[in-house]
Amino acid sequence: MARKLNLRIWRGNSVDGGLQNITVDANEGEVVLDVIHRVQAEQMNDLAVRWNCKAGKCGSCSMEINGKPRLACMTQVASFEEDETITLTPLRAFPVIKDLVTDVSFNYKKAMEIPAYEAPANLKPGEARMQQVDVERSQEFRKCIECFLCQDTCHVIRDHEENKKSFAGPRFFIRIAELDMHPLDTLRNRKQKAQEEHGLGMCNITKCCTEVCPEHIRITDNAIIPMKERVVDVKYDPARWLGSKIRKRDGIL
Amino acid sequence: MTNSIERYKYDILVIGAGGAGLRAAVEAREAGLKVAIICKSLFGKAHTVMAEGGVAASMGNVNDSDNWMVHFRDTMRGGKFLNHYRMAELHAKEAPERVWELEVWGALFDRTEEGKISQRNFGGHEYPRLAHVGDRTGLELIRTMQQRIVALQQKDARDHGDAESFIKVFAELTITDILKDNGKVSGAYGYWRESGAEVLFEAPAVVLATGGVGKTFKITSNSWEGTGDGHALALKAGGNLVDMEFLQFHPTGMVWPPSVRGLLVTESVRGDGGVLTNTDGIRFMFNYIPEVFKAIYADNEAEADRWYNDQANNRRPPELLPRDEVARAINSEVKAGRGTEHGGVYLDVSKRLPADVIKKKLPSMWHQFYELAGVDITKEAMEVGPTCHYVMGGVEVDPDSAAAVNVPGLFAAGEVAGGMHGSNRLGGNSLSDLLVFGRRAGIGAAEYVKSNGANPVNEATIKSAAEKIEKPFTQTGGENPYALHQELQEVTHNLVGIIRTRAEIESAIVKIADIRKRSANVTVSGDRQFNPGFHLIFDLDNMLLVAESTAKSALLREESRGGHTRDDFPGMNAQWRQVNHISSFDGSQVNVKSQKLPMIRKDLFDLFDIHELEKYMTPEEISKGGSN
Amino acid sequence: MATGVFSSGRAKISERTLRTDRWWLQPAFTVLVLFSFIVYATFRAFENAHYFVEPLISPFYSPCLSTGCVTGSSLLGQPLGVYHIFGMMISPSLFILIFPLGFRLTCYYYRKAYYRSFWFSPPACAVAEPHSKYTGETRAPLIMQNAHRWFFYAGCVFNVILTVDAILAFRNEHNQWGHMSVGTLVLLANATFLWLYSASCHTCRHTIGGRLRNFSAHPIRYKLWTYVSILNHKHQNFAWVSLFGVALADLYVRQVSAGSITNLYFF
Ligand SMILES: Cc1cc2nc3c(=O)[nH]c(=O)nc-3n(C[C@H](O)[C@H](O)[C@H](O)COP(=O)(O)OP(=O)(O)OC[C@H]3O[C@@H](n4cnc5c(N)ncnc54)[C@H](O)[C@@H]3O)c2cc1C
Ligand code: SF4
Ligand code: SF4
Ligand code: FES
Ligand code: FES
Repeated sequence: MARKLNLRIWRGNSVDGGLQNITVDANEGEVVLDVIHRVQAEQMNDLAVRWNCKAGKCGSCSMEINGKPRLACMTQVASFEEDETITLTPLRAFPVIKDLVTDVSFNYKKAMEIPAYEAPANLKPGEARMQQVDVERSQEFRKCIECFLCQDTCHVIRDHEENKKSFAGPRFFIRIAELDMHPLDTLRNRKQKAQEEHGLGMCNITKCCTEVCPEHIRITDNAIIPMKERVVDVKYDPARWLGSKIRKRDGIL
Repeated sequence: MTNSIERYKYDILVIGAGGAGLRAAVEAREAGLKVAIICKSLFGKAHTVMAEGGVAASMGNVNDSDNWMVHFRDTMRGGKFLNHYRMAELHAKEAPERVWELEVWGALFDRTEEGKISQRNFGGHEYPRLAHVGDRTGLELIRTMQQRIVALQQKDARDHGDAESFIKVFAELTITDILKDNGKVSGAYGYWRESGAEVLFEAPAVVLATGGVGKTFKITSNSWEGTGDGHALALKAGGNLVDMEFLQFHPTGMVWPPSVRGLLVTESVRGDGGVLTNTDGIRFMFNYIPEVFKAIYADNEAEADRWYNDQANNRRPPELLPRDEVARAINSEVKAGRGTEHGGVYLDVSKRLPADVIKKKLPSMWHQFYELAGVDITKEAMEVGPTCHYVMGGVEVDPDSAAAVNVPGLFAAGEVAGGMHGSNRLGGNSLSDLLVFGRRAGIGAAEYVKSNGANPVNEATIKSAAEKIEKPFTQTGGENPYALHQELQEVTHNLVGIIRTRAEIESAIVKIADIRKRSANVTVSGDRQFNPGFHLIFDLDNMLLVAESTAKSALLREESRGGHTRDDFPGMNAQWRQVNHISSFDGSQVNVKSQKLPMIRKDLFDLFDIHELEKYMTPEEISKGGSN
Repeated sequence: MATGVFSSGRAKISERTLRTDRWWLQPAFTVLVLFSFIVYATFRAFENAHYFVEPLISPFYSPCLSTGCVTGSSLLGQPLGVYHIFGMMISPSLFILIFPLGFRLTCYYYRKAYYRSFWFSPPACAVAEPHSKYTGETRAPLIMQNAHRWFFYAGCVFNVILTVDAILAFRNEHNQWGHMSVGTLVLLANATFLWLYSASCHTCRHTIGGRLRNFSAHPIRYKLWTYVSILNHKHQNFAWVSLFGVALADLYVRQVSAGSITNLYFF
């Protein structure tokens, strides 16, 4: 059942590089990562590619396939036309290291900037009580496998290198949302920080992050927009602002 | 060369960023020490992310009859009493605290009605015991640990001005040598995968948390990282491996299409009601209940089905037998011609649960089959067969401190350590093992460093480590590492796989030695920069040592027990239960010797029904009634 | 200096995108439809005629608030006078259209649609956008998008009015109750679509329950939130359907009012 597959693989490093054509066998049921491994074993021993689980669980094999950010281990060869040439490039929002491998350290830096979960000070291990309905929203975001495809596709940084310093990116908006919706988190200024430090306002909700997320996390609808609404609550809504002042004076809040 | 290498000084090196490594690092940092975490892939991608089903801890949230003693008993039974009793004891006692601690660090487990952590059934566990998050528990565990590390780093940034002043993660760096000076650990040597540049770490203590060895086999659920690096590093540093013949073949790996062969189908599928049938439509597991388990497993479908709703009054379905039993049963069915055309059997939940429940409880399984095999598990059965999943054998350690025997300054925790699981690990007991012994290794290493101080590295030690890395580039005309790796996988799969015989094992030992010889002059194309061919050379060397150790231990053990099945010695033998196989390395080959298993302590002995113990132990052992 | 995908350090690839599918189809379609709507709505807003015929009123003109409104068309009285610019009378539609217009302009879905298709920011995912600078919704004027909730409140008021209009359409030309015509159905459908659009709005979802930290402490709001969430999933569809709905309802009233078709009565 083997078929011949035409690939165009980007090879190079941070200084230079280009697309190379190559033909390789593909068997029934294979994914793009299988084919890359065959190229590696038979034709280009030193072809660089990241992967771990080959099951869509670790988020290592992120690359761009025919221009779309995808996981190579979850992209079926059969999803392409018989005579189609499949183009493989590294992620284009991050600096390339070699071939299909990019430097994703930007994301780890951003992770460091998001204040961690703060449990209630007096919470003893084993004593936490949370209802399933209260944890479900945050659980959706904790499905994230950190493939960074959403970060790669987000035009705010993909198309504007200079925004990287002020924009955390969709992966970290869901992290902020996760914590802001966590039933026990005690930090109360996450909304303000999201807007003032992490660049939530830069997002124009064009939803590309949601389109590429392999975990089907509804990043924009369930995290970004709710966070934008929460930001409005604390920053741009005079009625709520006034209400909170009055209630605070009455000692209700 | 040696003056241009990068050098770092730390108190403790943790090699491995899976659950065990990260837990050790947290503990060592909290003891006030400087820690380096080193891993082969990116931070947060270690194999632990793949764990699905859950983490076993007798919190008793779903059934309050559960406690550490029941968990201890289950673990010993599962391991066929070859476990180191002390490790099993510590594990059962400390697991609940370790899970609760994760919650304090932000983990969000699925909940019970009362808002406690929910627990699910799993093979070999008497009560619902596995804390879980859908079927992505490993991801939750690793992300929580990763975020805990970040939290500690943020605190260091506030207190000391630099986030990396106490914990630094070195991602995509492979360690190729544990360095020793004056008979004690002095550091480690390795290279950045990205650039190929060499790195020297000076540190008086090293914690190995490098995970498993699955990639030694052809069909495996493990990722490329599972190349037994820690096992080999320990051997080369003078440490021992214990019981390397025991490998767990998980009964349910995918068998079709070929590209995903071996990929895990979580045991939760069976825990949540999935049944195994052969091509005749028979639920065959009823025919494979071993004598020792007859009392607790149902022998008819009606009772088995009732168990899902009423666990107090019914025995559990045989699909939930320990993994080794189920794997062997599937193997037998397929051999008897009752398997599918792709060499598996059927696993079906679609007739047992409504589609929306399946999608809620087993989201990533649904996704995995739908995307990779085109099978909708809410409508059709899955095809499954055994896959190499976990190595019970590992570095011989002191149970309390996780210190490696024979190598002062070396510690090991997680899958790389041996003894805890005996001849077979229960599902869910690995994640808890990582947490319990990861923490203990962190404490052990911290105490060791505090009482021993620094141990400077000798330049000669560095030189020999550096030469090893240089070597593949200096030789020409050798073989391709990919081809050798494939050859090794064929050998292990066919000759020391799930069912073994003397003749096959002997032939495997010869073949492994031959591949080892040829691998000495492999060559690589390309340069040092992110070169997978180059990386594979070091992995291959490690896998060869592991395979040799497994084959030689398997040859000695003339019985079948847990993850070691000998066709020529099909029964379990109480004499063999008293024996551990200890591998060591003399610089040219692995030697295996027998060592007596420590006798179980009296109070733990007394936790069992004496009639049960009689099935495993010799009359003399029974009459002694445990040690004091 | 090159930025975006052409920044130094990134993989050297000269194409703006390597996508091979017809990614431009969707933005092109959005432009076509939205542009046609704008043309039609502008024409109708300025036309200032054919917006009322007993018992039907066009959604573009309801509530008709100025003294210039046709007799019988003003549900809420006529607080506003008649104003002229450049000698032309300002259409009563213009006093009110600002609200539904603002509601849609600040809608999270429409924002996505027009940022992509009109402003190419980005034209499609992983297709490089043409702008060299980008600040998103952080400064004026786009920071005004944060006012969406006020337009949402206003939108709800309009929905009530248009619902009343639909109920009033259960009369005949002589203001007698108990009749029903095609026009009744048209106005009812329009009101329904608008309600669905508003109920599925992200601000609505937030207000109903999304802002809560603990659902379990507010079981009723949680239930409502789950319903709104289901609708919210289809917000994009409701956005389009209700847009067509308004335009078609207006067109129907216009044609009846202009006498080109008759409003067929069922009873
Ligand atoms: C598909 C699957 C499902 C599973 N499900 C469950 C489950 O439900 N419950 C359960 O309890 N267990 C489960 N297990 C088993 C469990 O996941 C593993 O045993 C466990 O994660 C091992 O963790 P670890 O910390 O020991 O090592 P790993 O998580 O394997 O991490 C090893 C680390 O060591 C690093 N490393 C290795 N070699 C080197 C080197 N030379 N230099 C530098 N770094 C190195 C790697 O980069 C990695 O970071 C599952 C396993 C698999 C494969
Ligand atoms: S919706 Fe926002 S965060 Fe997501 S890709 Fe678009 S701009 Fe980026
Ligand atoms: S949110 Fe989705 S796309 Fe983004 S990193 Fe996580 S899994 Fe990947
Ligand atoms: S290899 Fe893990 S997601 Fe593809
Ligand atoms: S109307 Fe679209 S989001 Fe509010």
